[in-house]
Amino acid sequence: MNRNLSDRKYIIIAIFIVVGIIFLFRLFYLQILDQSYILSAENNVLHKKTIYPNRGLIYDRNGELLVYDEAAYDLMVIPRQVKKIDTAEFCQLLNITDSVFTARMKKAKKYSRYKPSTFLKQITKEEYGFIEEKLFKYPGFYVQSRSLRMYPYPIAAHLLGYIGEVNNSEINKDPYYKMGDYIGKSGIEKFYEKQLRGVKGSDIVMVDVHNREQGSYRGGRFDTPSEPGENLYLSIDADLQTYGEQLMVNKIGSIVAIDPKTGEILAFITSPTYDPNLLVGRVRGKNFSKLNNDSLKPLLNRAIMGNYPPGSTFKMVNALVGLQEGVLGRHTSYSCNGPATRPIRCTHNHISPLELMEAIEQSCNPYFWNVFRSIINNPRHNGTVNAFNSWRDHLISIGFGNKFNTDIPFELGGNIPTSDYYDRIYTIDHWNALTIRSLAIGQGEILVTPLQLANLVVVIANKGFYYPPHLVKAIGNENNVIEEFNTKKNTTIEERHFDVVQEAMLDVFEGAHGTARWAKLEGVKICGKTGTVQNPHGDDHSMFIAFAPFEDPKIAMSVIVENSGYGSTWAAPIASLMIEEFLNDTISRKYIEERILNGNLISKD
Amino acid sequence: MRTRASIFQNLDWITVLLYLLLVLAGWVSIYAAVYNEENRSILDMSQNYGKQLIWIITSIVLILVILIIDAKFYSAFSILLYLVVMLLLIAVFLIGKEIAGSRSWFQIGSFSLQPSEFAKFATCLALAKYLSKIDLKSNKFSTRVIAASIIIFPALLILLQPDTGSALVFAALILVLFREGLSGNLILLGVSVAVLFILALLLNRFLLIGLFAVNAVLVFILFKNLRKKWYWIAGVFLLISAYVFSVDYAFENILEPHQKKRINVLLGIETDIHGAGYNVHQSKIAIGSGGFSGKGFLKGTQTKFDFVPEQSTDFIFCTVGEEWGFLGSFFIIIIFLSLLTRIILLAERQRSKFSRLYGYGVATILFFHFVVNIGMTIGLFPVIGIPLPFISYGGSSLWGFTVLLFIFIKLDSVRLELL
Repeated sequence: MNRNLSDRKYIIIAIFIVVGIIFLFRLFYLQILDQSYILSAENNVLHKKTIYPNRGLIYDRNGELLVYDEAAYDLMVIPRQVKKIDTAEFCQLLNITDSVFTARMKKAKKYSRYKPSTFLKQITKEEYGFIEEKLFKYPGFYVQSRSLRMYPYPIAAHLLGYIGEVNNSEINKDPYYKMGDYIGKSGIEKFYEKQLRGVKGSDIVMVDVHNREQGSYRGGRFDTPSEPGENLYLSIDADLQTYGEQLMVNKIGSIVAIDPKTGEILAFITSPTYDPNLLVGRVRGKNFSKLNNDSLKPLLNRAIMGNYPPGSTFKMVNALVGLQEGVLGRHTSYSCNGPATRPIRCTHNHISPLELMEAIEQSCNPYFWNVFRSIINNPRHNGTVNAFNSWRDHLISIGFGNKFNTDIPFELGGNIPTSDYYDRIYTIDHWNALTIRSLAIGQGEILVTPLQLANLVVVIANKGFYYPPHLVKAIGNENNVIEEFNTKKNTTIEERHFDVVQEAMLDVFEGAHGTARWAKLEGVKICGKTGTVQNPHGDDHSMFIAFAPFEDPKIAMSVIVENSGYGSTWAAPIASLMIEEFLNDTISRKYIEERILNGNLISKD
Repeated sequence: MRTRASIFQNLDWITVLLYLLLVLAGWVSIYAAVYNEENRSILDMSQNYGKQLIWIITSIVLILVILIIDAKFYSAFSILLYLVVMLLLIAVFLIGKEIAGSRSWFQIGSFSLQPSEFAKFATCLALAKYLSKIDLKSNKFSTRVIAASIIIFPALLILLQPDTGSALVFAALILVLFREGLSGNLILLGVSVAVLFILALLLNRFLLIGLFAVNAVLVFILFKNLRKKWYWIAGVFLLISAYVFSVDYAFENILEPHQKKRINVLLGIETDIHGAGYNVHQSKIAIGSGGFSGKGFLKGTQTKFDFVPEQSTDFIFCTVGEEWGFLGSFFIIIIFLSLLTRIILLAERQRSKFSRLYGYGVATILFFHFVVNIGMTIGLFPVIGIPLPFISYGGSSLWGFTVLLFIFIKLDSVRLELL
């Protein structure tokens, strides 16, 4: 019996050894066979820290800084590490309410208890200085440096655009972006996003269980530096832009000024506008919805999204088409019976009959009805439809009816009706010049944007060609100009037909009966044309197109002031002041300036 | 031979060497687990590794005391010692300090003492003393009840603290009883009950009972000689069925939520790498990422950056696994197996039954800690917070294990003298 019991030591030793062997097998499996744990350990400690590059700066055509980056901070939170804190004090420090705190914490926890998420975005440098001192009291919170766009001048909000956090579809489109990154949402910021954003870098750092950095991994061998974004040089003249925005205060409308020799946009004004600094940082959401709900639609960029009938400014187009088609000559004359004329009455009192130059100078509607009729009934074209299509092709070549597709996002193309459209409306063969007579004076289905209208002026100033209007001159450095915008676009109108139109436009200022004669500028020969555009939404739009100087055009522009009456009342003097500012740098006619600056066309009380 | 020229005479130096190796490995591992840039010195007393040095030095003092005391003392005073420790276990309810929900500690100045660590050797001594009584009738029922009571009483007191892990340790002493003649079938039955418990949790109850029903039918058909005992087969089957159902009840109603969760995580019923399973998950990552030869001393990222909670105490084996790899783990396991086997061999060479019984007690208690602690860190056992002997940080546990082992070494050194 005892002998047997002593043998039980073997059983017990065997149990020890069997357990030991099981452990060794398990360890062999964990440590040698299964490689996934090595990866898990690295995932635990290696943390890819994104290094955000500085976004490119934006300068105006004269090297004036318009947009720069300023350091800002995002407050991050790792919910698991948040200990019991004095919530009231913390909220006071951050200037948020208790409910905001609760909601943000809940959101962060929902995302991950272990990974950092943004608690409070875009804290400014000043606020940060205040918060930083006390942040040690709140474990689980830390700041990550980011940057904010800053605007030294409160101008050009629409053309510059703004940046905002990427959304899901933007992330899906371009894997460069990660949740929380910023992307250009409109304007220049959107179009030149790739150039401006630079290249994100990354540091691989080791973190401990509390996500605290413990130094770089393998001496930074796997780190990549960030590359700053490229700077942009705009075609915009900041002074002119500022002046134009001032002139348009309390008015609804738009001014677009272009350098005819290059297609560079000198001023790109839409009104009402807003201070671009409003859409930066934490106040952005609040301000955005305020602007978005404003009945005057300050977020709408009327220069490219406003679709207006061109009105009388369109008479030059019909004149040019008529001249090109050979149905009109400098001395072609038609009679006008004033308000009694049919089928289109005249709104001005003048001599009759009159020739082309007089008709432009005095904006005679019946004259251009006759011009339009002879274009559409031109026997050379064998029928209304062909003649109409030929008319339309001329318009398209001048830049109407389509987007320019340069560097201006969200541009609209306006509308030039097609013959198919009239076939649909009136059925085939049941329409003629008379049916569509509104087109003779730029009313009816025809819609243009202020940018297209300005481009028309460029075409007239250049006598037949234009460069696509664009906002950015150069990328990276001032000399690195964008070649694709330097492609000259020829219109279908020959150069020789422009002299008479230019002279007539000069007479609008210089002539005894010119509609803008009292807005003329001593010493500078301005060519212009008023427009008083009927529209179904209220009072007529005051419209004006102009270029100057006559001998060597340096600036071409369109001005629209919505619902303000005659072209000569508001739009013409604004154009004249803009030209003076641009060419002379000073304003001599203070009385006109004062009237415009004080003119309030928005509040009716 | 019978002269007592020196207290070091006849010491089993192999055991002492294995002990020293483990203590040293423990100290180095604690240094690595707690290491930080500000307190580089291994002698820094503000850190666990500095404190562990104090525990090691005081342990050596304890060893000297144990070796100086006459061996007869341990046998003669075993029951008294047992009673004193039991009193301490009761006292801890009254004046103990609650740490992490358990009232297991006496606070003396800045040090804490855990009486349950001393209950282990006291119980071993008492059990050995009782079972080595010359007039003991080992087959009598009352003998068995008393032996079982000696083991269960401290376990119950510790369970009430509550410290389930430490209480479970006493179950290891069943192996001592087995060596002394307890039927092996009883232990097999115990193991079957445990396996069935796990199966009942893992599998559908009805499926499990169905399987046993099929088994019962098969036995009835295949073993013709058993057919006459059909009521036996039916009885066992009914018993199993009842047990399977009661497991569910017990699991739901008796175990604490955190215990249920730990078992569920271990069995793979729940995966919760952020909650109950976090420790084991990180522990497995630490050990698994060590590879063959480890990441090197102080280079373990899991260790250095505190991903494994309680790494200097219950999860100390992670440090070994991560920084010394499979080689280091192999080394530690071999030392433990050598120590355990050595103790069994020493126990078997004892002339006195008391010494032999005590030796077995030492071996089985160390074995239980070894199995449960390392098994937990490599994901084979549920998380039961008991230390790895001689390696884990902690004064009470190092003292307790040192006393446990060296009383046996002392007894062994005088084995040729008649007690």
